[in-house]
Amino acid sequence: MPFFLVMGGLSSSFILLIVLLLAADLVFISPHEFKAALLKPEIQAAFRLTLISCTVAAVLSVWVGTPLGYLLSRYRFPGRWLVDTLVDIPIVLPPLVLGLSLLILFHLPIGNWELEAWLRDDVGFPVTYRWPAVILAQFSVACAFAVRTMRVTFDQINPRVEDVARTLGCTRGQAFLQIALPQAWRGIIAAATISWARALGEFGPILVFAGATRMRTEVLSTSVFLELSIGNLDAAVAVSLLMVAMAVVVLLLLRVLGTGLTA
Amino acid sequence: MIELCNVSITAGQFSLQQISFKVHQGDYGVLMGQTGRGKTTILESICGLRNVVSGEIFVRDQNITDWSPGDREIGYVPQDLALFPTLSVQAHLEFALKLRKWPSKDIALRVSKLSKTLGIGHLLKRSISGLSGGERQRVALGRALSFRPSVLLLDEPFSALDESTRTEMHVLLRAVTESTGVTTLHVTHSNEEAEALANRRFILQDGVVSEAVQAV
Repeated sequence: MPFFLVMGGLSSSFILLIVLLLAADLVFISPHEFKAALLKPEIQAAFRLTLISCTVAAVLSVWVGTPLGYLLSRYRFPGRWLVDTLVDIPIVLPPLVLGLSLLILFHLPIGNWELEAWLRDDVGFPVTYRWPAVILAQFSVACAFAVRTMRVTFDQINPRVEDVARTLGCTRGQAFLQIALPQAWRGIIAAATISWARALGEFGPILVFAGATRMRTEVLSTSVFLELSIGNLDAAVAVSLLMVAMAVVVLLLLRVLGTGLTA
Repeated sequence: MIELCNVSITAGQFSLQQISFKVHQGDYGVLMGQTGRGKTTILESICGLRNVVSGEIFVRDQNITDWSPGDREIGYVPQDLALFPTLSVQAHLEFALKLRKWPSKDIALRVSKLSKTLGIGHLLKRSISGLSGGERQRVALGRALSFRPSVLLLDEPFSALDESTRTEMHVLLRAVTESTGVTTLHVTHSNEEAEALANRRFILQDGVVSEAVQAV
């Protein structure tokens, strides 16, 4: 009995903290104020951009994270440890530093050439302080989580199955597409969900690399910051609650799909 | 025919040096030896899943040492069977045939005949999960034989079966290999299995493969 009292007591302190945080937000704002805040055109624009940018960032993360996770899981190659370490850098790097690094990358002059100037003038697709910068900032962090998820997924799939497929006539590519990938579908959904949720919470890199221009590069996380900075606490809390609701939906989806990552 | 000529293989800290032996066309060879001595490594090298450091491997009198696994036309049943979890029994039997772009009529005929021979005709629509050990063995064997390979490699395929199912599988395997004339190399620890199936017996000891019993 003392065992359960100690363990349960320690565990419940964290659960209680989360419940109290959510309850405080809910009590703070009335339904009327909540509705009014969410009907603001700026918040609605931020909501739309958040949905689109998070979805694009999640799709790109899975698109890149699946092959990289597979390579890290299946092969031993020179410099693998370095790749493995580099993948983790966006996870451990302070968010503002990541945003600053993106900004510097796009504006670093190499002789007379500059990436942002080339994209803007020659390609006709400016990135910095525009919506593509939002997606790139979200992708930079979300993809690292997708790679980790996909690597664990492929670690759990028996590589012998792909070997046998190759003896039956598959190329490595066919063995990956026809045998490994169908087995990894739960991991792919988990990676997409985690990437999406991570992109939703991204703030620092977006603020530095994309700015926080209302109706242009504002996503929900920057809405909270902007509303707070002008002293509109009701709207900030309303947007926060909306983000909590979105995160809960994503986490429930993850649990319903039974990926095992939430077990 | 399977022939290894002075084959050396390295797998991490483990290595085999100058391995040579020959299984003649249509023979059923059994490769025995203590655990961890490299029997599986030899099979993997023959079917192309492990590169050899030196030496040559011949199958059907062709030097296949540098061929990709898919080009070697070798049926392989690993110890854990490695069935495809997302495919049905029928899809297992069709898999290699579709890769070879057989006409669908020929695929249907081949699957029908093979499933009858192996006694899994009633399982074709089933998924792999839920099959018994013996049924899984039959599916793995069917998948390996589906494209009519001239060589079949078996890596302790019956080690997890109960005695009666194992005896049943011995009878089936003997019948199938005799009717197809496929050259077989079977890794096992079981003397009983070797007695029941082999007409050539090879022993891997101290990194050397020697033939223990001449064809009966």
